[in-house]
Amino acid sequence: MPEITRDEVAHLATLARIDLSDAELDHLAPQLSVILESVASITGVAGDDVPPTSHAIPLTNVFREDVVVPGLSAEEALSGAPAVEGNRFSVPRILGEEA
Amino acid sequence: MSTVKDTAAEAAGALADGSTTSVELTEMHLDRIDAVDTAVDGRGIHAFLHVDREGALAQAAESDARRARGEARGPLDGVPIAVKDVLATRGLPTTCGSKILEGWIPPYDATVVQRLRVAGLPILGKTNMDEFAMGSSTEHSAYGPTRNPWDLDRIPGGSGGGSAAAVASFQAPLAIGTDTGGSIRQPGAVTGTVGVKPTYGGVSRYGLVALANSLDQAGPVTRTVRDSAMLHDVIGGHDLRDSTSIKTEWPSFTEAAAQGATGDMSGVKVGVITELAGDGWQSGVMARFNESVELLVKAGAEVVEVSCPSFVHALAAYYLILPAEASSNLAKFDAMRFGLRVTPDGDPSAEDVMRATRDAGFGDEVKRRIILGTYALSSGYYDAYYGQAQKIRTLISRDFEAAFARVDVLVSPTAPTTAFKLGEKLDDPMAMYLNDLATIPANLAGVPGISVPNGLADEDGLPSGFQVLAPALADDRVYRVGAALEKLLTDQWGGPLLDRAPELETDR
Repeated sequence: MPEITRDEVAHLATLARIDLSDAELDHLAPQLSVILESVASITGVAGDDVPPTSHAIPLTNVFREDVVVPGLSAEEALSGAPAVEGNRFSVPRILGEEA
Repeated sequence: MSTVKDTAAEAAGALADGSTTSVELTEMHLDRIDAVDTAVDGRGIHAFLHVDREGALAQAAESDARRARGEARGPLDGVPIAVKDVLATRGLPTTCGSKILEGWIPPYDATVVQRLRVAGLPILGKTNMDEFAMGSSTEHSAYGPTRNPWDLDRIPGGSGGGSAAAVASFQAPLAIGTDTGGSIRQPGAVTGTVGVKPTYGGVSRYGLVALANSLDQAGPVTRTVRDSAMLHDVIGGHDLRDSTSIKTEWPSFTEAAAQGATGDMSGVKVGVITELAGDGWQSGVMARFNESVELLVKAGAEVVEVSCPSFVHALAAYYLILPAEASSNLAKFDAMRFGLRVTPDGDPSAEDVMRATRDAGFGDEVKRRIILGTYALSSGYYDAYYGQAQKIRTLISRDFEAAFARVDVLVSPTAPTTAFKLGEKLDDPMAMYLNDLATIPANLAGVPGISVPNGLADEDGLPSGFQVLAPALADDRVYRVGAALEKLLTDQWGGPLLDRAPELETDR
């Protein structure tokens, strides 16, 4: 029986880059356990002989003609940015103090 | 004299014979939106997140001018439409029902939107939805729920509750929805309207903000099967910008619907899916379903029962595949290039900003699914969950293949119950997920499906839906059978089901 602990949810939230408050962890962890218990019913249903499907209608070698088509201008691409500096996306620091 | 109750086909006819104009039609629907959507005391339908009065009227005026020059671009040129807020619209806000995209105005159009513009359909506005299309009730919208026009205390289905409620309450004759696990068909069922999920790859996904790439499909939301077919003819077809778009010659769906509307079902083999009935299925929904099947038999169809044994695992497989794809798709909301940015105190790093933004910007359901997807994809669990779910997907496709070797179409009720009360399942995710039991298999296998209103359940007087599924690429069959059933039922009722919906109180 899969059980997902509060600590595990906190760890997964870190991996997914979401700050969860204690209250949110209390709220979400038991709900996730219930969902996981329900979906766990599929374990072992399909054997090794069954190939996986990633796309129901698979297409291969999808190419287009090698011609230039119009794209977004720099101004358009930046139009929804939270911060812009000198025609570029402006982002917070990426490295820590110690780096 | 045109009214908001006209179907899109009727409106198109009135435009063609000059008895109305696009400006008149568009204005009429904008007035209806003003009257019922944002009503006093907060009990409006709330189908729209954004209404573009000025833009819609300008597009309508252009359409009228084109028509006056004898240059109408097709039958629907000038018929207004509403678009689900998950499709990018150049110059119009696109939020996906999320705070993380509040105020975002895309610099480009989705291909579906571009095709609407080319065909001359004025865009009335953007419709409400569960955040990033995650939900079956539209209650997970960060901007508040949409109400069901049949009963304002009930859900309009989801995730496309806004589009379904908009057409059900005559605020738009046509709307665009998207269906990842039933988000077009289930809202159709609970609001007494028609919704179609095309074959995966039949309608371009370019500019559709992805929930689960391998499952998402945009399609028509209307009041009649014919209107859906006409709209599908406009939005469908190959698109170079979507690498999963199918290159094929599609037949005219309008013609398929016209063929069905004769009501003749002779020579059509219909399979009733054994697994989509039984415990948990509302008795009134089953009663209407069985009557509809009887009607098809009387119209000449041959009906057999078909078992699809792997369908019992579809829901579980879906709730592993979908969160896995969603958790990866939603990684792009990182507060760097677009959308919300929340900057914590001090000297935060980009990662701190990301974490704070995603906490503030995403609602509960989105967080649940991202975490679930992250779990399903993490090493140690990947094979047991995600890998296993992908294998079940194969088994479900095989079930469809075997079934379609015996029958032309498969049928079931669209949703197990009629519309439930707002708030009833909001904090019980599994109960919410069960609404999509009958619609999910089609998404996993990529096959097309339609929901057609087939009556009111005796217990509560609320609409139920009849689902028709066809093999991939055979979308024409869902239009043919859907139109036949619609014709047989409306003949019996003496008019469309929506005639029986309560009049909405308006403040005018």
